[in-house]
Amino acid sequence: MATIEIKDIIKKENLVYGKTKILTDNIMHYCPGCSHGVTHKIVAEVIEELGIQDKTIGVSPVGCSVLAYNYLDIDWQQAAHGRAPALATATKRLMPDHYVFTYQGDGDLASIGAAEILHACNRGENITVIFVNNAIYGMTGGQMAPTTLLGMATATSPYGREVALHGYPLKITELIALLPGVAYVTRQSVQTPAAVRKAKKAIKKGFENQAKKIGTSFIEIVSTCSSGWKLSPVDSNRWMEEHMFKFYPLGDLKDSEKANEEDYKKYIE
Amino acid sequence: MGELKLMKGNEVIAEAAIRCGCDGYFGYPITPQSEIMETLMLEKPWETTGMVVLQAESEVASINMLYGGASCGKKVMTSSSSPGISLMLEGISYLAGAELPCLIVNVVRGGPGLGTIQPSQADYFQTTKGGGHGDYQVIALAPASVQEMNDFVGLGFDLAFKYRIPSLILTDGVIGQMMEKVIVADHKPRWTDAEIQKISGTWATTGKTKNRERHVVTSLNLESEKQEIHNHHLQAKYREIEVNEVRFEEFQTKDAEYLFVAYGSSARICQKSVELARAKGIKVGLLRPITVWPYPTVRIAELATKVKGMLAVEMSAGQMVYDVRLAVNGKIPVSHFGRYGGVIPSPGEVLEAMEKFIKGGK
Ligand SMILES: Cc1ncc(C[n+]2csc(CCOP(=O)(O)OP(=O)(O)O)c2C)c(N)n1
Repeated sequence: MATIEIKDIIKKENLVYGKTKILTDNIMHYCPGCSHGVTHKIVAEVIEELGIQDKTIGVSPVGCSVLAYNYLDIDWQQAAHGRAPALATATKRLMPDHYVFTYQGDGDLASIGAAEILHACNRGENITVIFVNNAIYGMTGGQMAPTTLLGMATATSPYGREVALHGYPLKITELIALLPGVAYVTRQSVQTPAAVRKAKKAIKKGFENQAKKIGTSFIEIVSTCSSGWKLSPVDSNRWMEEHMFKFYPLGDLKDSEKANEEDYKKYIE
Repeated sequence: MGELKLMKGNEVIAEAAIRCGCDGYFGYPITPQSEIMETLMLEKPWETTGMVVLQAESEVASINMLYGGASCGKKVMTSSSSPGISLMLEGISYLAGAELPCLIVNVVRGGPGLGTIQPSQADYFQTTKGGGHGDYQVIALAPASVQEMNDFVGLGFDLAFKYRIPSLILTDGVIGQMMEKVIVADHKPRWTDAEIQKISGTWATTGKTKNRERHVVTSLNLESEKQEIHNHHLQAKYREIEVNEVRFEEFQTKDAEYLFVAYGSSARICQKSVELARAKGIKVGLLRPITVWPYPTVRIAELATKVKGMLAVEMSAGQMVYDVRLAVNGKIPVSHFGRYGGVIPSPGEVLEAMEKFIKGGK
């Protein structure tokens, strides 16, 4: 019986999976179990598969993913807290043939930056928005986010979020889906291989839509934050599936080719 | 060369922007400067030069649009008035930190708060002493005529790109709203992609190509030692600007015994007051800072050895007067005269203030 050496196996033709070149070799600072790492990876894979590295501008937020520019080998702009959609608006309008995306957390997008995201989407900016919703402020140490579920304990809702004190969790993605400028709105997750594949497909579609110039593409990734939630990575995934998915159900919220301007024009006639 | 027109200060800002090859204007309406965006929207430069004009949802959005556009190496600008500029300060600090060139126009109105829509010069501290957080400066040009409103758009962009710094035109409702003859510049085309590569190709986010590292525009340095090095770099740049870019104008200073120091519309008023004083035999002159940062500190210190006193005239409770005092360093008496909250002083009352100052020496 012939013995098989390891070097015989490591051959190009046997390769079934490789790290995309768009991901740098920098060690990520994310905590174990954090959804940011996987989400970065699939964004990077999409950029490589579409062959748009030289035409893509990423806009990173303030939040755990502020350093996204260390991990994806593309040109980046680092925005002030919540303002990524404003940067992306100008960038896309000034360089309409480039691919421009924002990458934002829930505090960044749904709280301090609520105005910028709503108006960029309402103008139908031809950009892609990656919205990582972990229902907490990861970077600043686990404070309540606009998307924190009722009853969820955080550093600033230590007895659990209650309506009288903190108001309701905000379904910003549902709000965004109402806007005529938005072409594609979907909610995905990345906790299983199947989920990762679906999320990647959604992100790819979001980027492809930019070439079609049909309006904003908005992809929410329902995410975990084991450090903020004070759960193990495995328990975080379980908790997300049990609680987050109920309030933030996965799937497409909107998939249209273009807003119908005529619907709006008729009011002036 | 150029074209003679009769225009409002605000309108000429818009016209000059189009003519100097500006790539994008982003703004939000506020009196007394709304004519700038209104003029641009009427002119439709996107059909001629390809310039982008966008009404943003707020001043917060406008200034961050500048950050995005400037990151791409484009010539971008915004305009607003005092309350709007207050909202922009976080963004201006980011632009300064990330060393992004851009042009900001502040047509100042009276404050604090919603204040008044009438002209004021009470945003001097905000403009020259930071305003936003951190150790930073913006180059601040203070026009005193509609012609200078025109000229400083091009100059503001030139300086912004020369030093990778935000430039700010500090003007007020007087200059913004008044009509004067102005020679507008000839049309300059917008920069081509190749020109942008030449000017900003080492840092702008134009897409990472195979032959270069990725470009990251950021103001973040988590390691404090690195952030200190970055601050040293910024400070060195600011010192260089203080040496190279001070601009001022003198009026009847040669034989002057007393001096007005005033910028912008106050300088226009003081010019008249100098004439009135001279008619009465009082030897008064005027020093007009054109850049309020960098400030003409050296020249004022020189003049402090020649005149008996300086009176800073501002439409504020006394802001620039601190820079005059710093320059004079106690050598001669320095005082301040101001009307504020939107009130414009008359040349007569400015002269009266000078006469009182001369008598009291205070
Ligand atoms: C103007 C401003 N306010 C507050 C902060 C502090 N801050 C930094 S990150 C952050 C929250 C980020 O949370 P999120 O967007 O949910 O992203 P995550 O860290 O969870 O990925 C806050 C409040 C800031 N940097 N700037």
